[in-house]
This record gives sequence, structure tokens and C-alpha cells, in this order.
Amino acid sequence: MHFPRLAVTLTLVLGVAACSNATRFGPGAEGQGAGMGPGAGMAGNAAATGTADPSSPAYFQNTVGDRVLFAVDQSTLSDGARTTLSEQARWLTSNPEYTAVIEGHADEQGTREYNLALGARRASAAEDYLISQGVASSRLRTVTYGKERPLEVCSSEACYSKNRRAVTVIAAGGTPTS
Amino acid sequence: MTWLRCLMLGALLALPVQPAVAQDNPGPLRIEITEGVIEPLPIAIPTFIAETPAAEEWAQRLTQVVADDLTGTGLFRRIPQDAFISPVTEFTPQVDYANWKAINAQGLIMGAVSVSDDGRLTVKFRLHDVFAESELGQGLQLGGSTNSWRRLAHKVADQVYSRITGEDPYFDSRVVFVSERGPKNDRRKRLAVMDYDGANVQFLTDSDAIVLNPRFSPTGDRVLYTSYETGFPRIYEINVGTVSRTPLPIPGEDMTFAPRYAPDGRTVVFSLTQNGNSDIYRLQPGGSPERLTSAPSIETAPSYSPDGNRIVFESDRSGTQQLYVMPASGGEPQRISFGPGRYGTPVWSPRGDLIAFTKQNEGRFHIGVMRTDGSEERLLTASFLDEGPTWSPNGRVIMFTRETAGASGESALYSVDISGRNLKRVSTDGAASDPAWSPLLD
Repeated sequence: MHFPRLAVTLTLVLGVAACSNATRFGPGAEGQGAGMGPGAGMAGNAAATGTADPSSPAYFQNTVGDRVLFAVDQSTLSDGARTTLSEQARWLTSNPEYTAVIEGHADEQGTREYNLALGARRASAAEDYLISQGVASSRLRTVTYGKERPLEVCSSEACYSKNRRAVTVIAAGGTPTS
Repeated sequence: MTWLRCLMLGALLALPVQPAVAQDNPGPLRIEITEGVIEPLPIAIPTFIAETPAAEEWAQRLTQVVADDLTGTGLFRRIPQDAFISPVTEFTPQVDYANWKAINAQGLIMGAVSVSDDGRLTVKFRLHDVFAESELGQGLQLGGSTNSWRRLAHKVADQVYSRITGEDPYFDSRVVFVSERGPKNDRRKRLAVMDYDGANVQFLTDSDAIVLNPRFSPTGDRVLYTSYETGFPRIYEINVGTVSRTPLPIPGEDMTFAPRYAPDGRTVVFSLTQNGNSDIYRLQPGGSPERLTSAPSIETAPSYSPDGNRIVFESDRSGTQQLYVMPASGGEPQRISFGPGRYGTPVWSPRGDLIAFTKQNEGRFHIGVMRTDGSEERLLTASFLDEGPTWSPNGRVIMFTRETAGASGESALYSVDISGRNLKRVSTDGAASDPAWSPLLD
């Protein structure tokens, strides 16, 4: 019950915000921040860069937060990751016209094949959590990139920690494709 | 013949280090082995004789490739031609051995090249054991079109290598690999094949989709690989000659990767991922995928034994990546890796005696070999990132990917003898990864 109610609230708040101008959306976002975890704090930025439409994939990416990070060689979700994924699930529930592909990635410390399998595990962990939060499995698909698509290019933990990720990429309707 | 051959065998099998000094030949011949470092055998390779005027350039080129093949093994050192006592102007069976002994040439390769009016190359050669004052094997003549001149040279060098070492040849072979362009966070990858020495590069795919882990068929005419052309990793087979490709007929849309042919060249073993769990499957011609492993852990990187009876693969069922061997139809796997660190990408040697692997330990990557029961593990390399070994057709040399660290990090192909000697970069035009050696060409 808890999450569906929050989802409705979020929809209402965002609905108002969508009808408001960008400056008035800011305070609304702060309001979310108190009760709804991270990501909301970026709303000001999102508004400034034109991603204020809360039903837009850009809003999902920048404000809801499209990615969760993992520990070395792990695919278990941290508390922070669960919070982010809960927000993702709420957004997806509120925007049923979208589907999503969840990309699993690994850092470069590993063999290519193992990292493909590890990325698949991470994507699947994120997918399972979204499904547990009410997102229909038919709207989700996973893909692993292993270590093929690092975001950060240095060879130290500062970069590795950002590369060990599952990214939920929003796509319009139909069968999820990459 | 015998002592030269024995010495070279000793040199190749350098691990049980013994000073290999010819007992019946106390002369200048000496191969010094110090902590696995062997003094290369000095050989004379006079530029092959051009027997027709048009053959002059071919003779130069062929001689160079023969010399590069042999010295590239680290087992031979070519004596500079200006050290020769008398120039070689004729291709005759008569040799003044004293002149070659005087410059300590242990072996002498004499060759001749002719080219016919219709563009056909003929190369003849004789190999001499200088200190035994005799030919090593029969003189041999090979022919082919000028387009295949490099293959002719590789075949000559293969003959010399085999006669001196007693090993099977490997120079006349190709390597399929992934050619890489662009920065680390926007890498473009294309499948390519080349001769084992980096010559004659031919691209098989464009760079629109990520391609990974190509593997030659046992007949060398086809390649299995993983491509993202649908947006998801799936296995394809490409015909090297026609460059036509087809998806491996695996029903459904599950992610599939890490393919490898069985020795029959028709059965394929690979990883398939369902609900985040990767297991090993087998696809026989006309059949449906059969699941060979059923564990919640990661099972991947399968490779057949040369007799096709067993499969070595990696699994993290113990908590970390380790190597396991199971029957080719599935069944209880036996763990074979027990040292510190993690083991992956096992590949069975074509001779059946060893398994090459990637090892990660204490922040370093290694290429290593072990016996098929896991004993006698030896690490051959160490670097920031070495991975993905592939065997030369004769099981003496391993090629692999080495990647450097940092934002400008780049992949390159390296090779190393299974003794751990002769580590060197393989010449490629630009960055390259995921090499897979072909069988010896026909």
C-alpha cells in the first residue's frame, strides 16, 4: 500500500508542476525531497535544462535517477539503489506508455565473458526489483554490456565505482528495444 | 640432424632447465640456458636466388618473411649477410660447410625463386645442418600464385621450423580478432582476420555494432562471434570467404555469448542468460539448445578438449571465478583451479595436454597454463590487464589481449611461448583485442 499511495501523490504533485512554469516547479521538487528520497534535489537543474516535464524520459533520467551502482563483483542492491529503483517504479507506473531496457555494466577489472554475465546479473537484479514494485515484466527487458561501455575512463576506483551500474533506459511504447 | 634437432627440442622444452650442450660436438655450437633464457640458434639465410629476372623482388620478399618467421620465434638469430665469407650465387646441393662453420652458422637455408610468365611463383629450398655437414630433410619445392607469396614463405619457414624443432608448424595460419577504434568510452569494434604475423588484414564486419570473442571453426572457413546488431548480444556465424553471416539458430531472445565450436565443427557450445543467470548450453546441428549446467552461479567461457569428450569452463559457484571440467554432454564438473586469485577464459590446447587461462590476483592479470587436471600451473605474463588466450595450431605459442590502464588505455595483441619466453607485441594497424588463432591452413 505504501508505494502505490506515494505514486499517486507523486503523480499529483508532478501534474501540478507540469502545469506550472519552471520556477514554480522548483519548490514543488523540494517538497518531494523531504519524503521521496534522492533525485528530487536535481529538479532545479532539470528545470533549467528543459527537462521539467515530469512524464518525459529526460525527467526520468535526470530527476528520478536512471541508474544504480554496485560494489565490486556484486549484483546485490544497496539501500540507496532500492530507493532509486522504487522511484523508477513509481515513474514507470505513472507513465504506462513507456517501456524500459535495463543495461547492466561492469568495470574493466574482469574478463570479457565474465563481465558480460555479471552485467546481466546486475540488470536482472534491477529488473526484479522494479517488477516487485509493480512494474509489469512485459514492459521491461535487460541487456548486458559487460565492460564494453564504460562511462568513466580512468583506471581507479573513482571511475570503476561509476561504471559498475544498471541503467534504466526509457523507450516509447511497444516491445522494449535498445 | 640429430644433435641440432635435439638441441632445439631442448630449447623449446625449456622449463626443466638443463644446460643443453651437445656432448658429441664440443665445437662452437652452444645453446646457453640461463633461468629459462635461451641463446637463439644462429642461422644463415642468404637471400634466395632469383632464377628468373622477374623473380628478383619476390626472392627478396620471400627471404625476409622466412627470416622474420624464424627469428620471430625467439629460437633463431639470423646472421647478417655481410658476415658471410663467400656470397651465395647459385642454388646447388654442394655447400662449403667450412665457410659457414667459420661464422658459427648452425643452420643454413638455401632457397631459389622463379616466376613464370603467367604469374606463378615457385620456391625451392634446402636446409643444411652445418656442423653435421649434411642436409636436414629433403630439398622441397612449393608453388603458388604471386598473390599467395606470403603463404609460400610461411610454408618454407614452417618446414624449417618443424625439421629443426620436431614440432608441428604454425606460421601458415590466420588470426581472427576485433579491430578497435575510438576512445575508451566510445569504442568502435569490427571483426577482422589477418595472417598470424599481422599481414593481409581483412575486415569482416562494419563498426555499427559491438562484436566480441570471435572463434575459428576447426576448418578455418567460418567464425563464431557475439554481436549487438539487434541491440542485444547474440551469437552469429560468418563465412570468412563470402563474409555472409547468419544468426546461430537459437530460439527466443535470450542473450547468448562466449561461443566455441566442438572439434566436429558443427556443434557449438556457448553461454545463454535467463533471468540474469548465465549457464552453458550446447547446440547440435538441427537440434535445440541443450542446457549443460544448471546452477544459479555464472557459468561461461566453455572450451572443448581436442577429442571432443570434455568441456572446460569457468564458474563462480565457489564464490569466485574458477575453472571446471565436465563431460561434453554435461554432468558433474570437477574443479581444477586451486591457486590464489580468480581464473577465467580457459582454452584447451590443440595438443590436449594443457589448458591456458586468464588469472587475476592481487590487482594484476596473468596468462597462464596448467595441465588438464590443474597441476603444474605456470604464469607466463603479468600486466595491468592480460586476458583471453588462444593457442597456435601446434600448441607452442599463445596469443592474447593486453590492455593498458587509464583514459588513453588501449588494447593490443601479444604472443608468448608456452615456456614464458619471447613475449612480444603482434603487429596490428591500430588497437586490437580478442584474438583467435586458426588451424594450420591447407
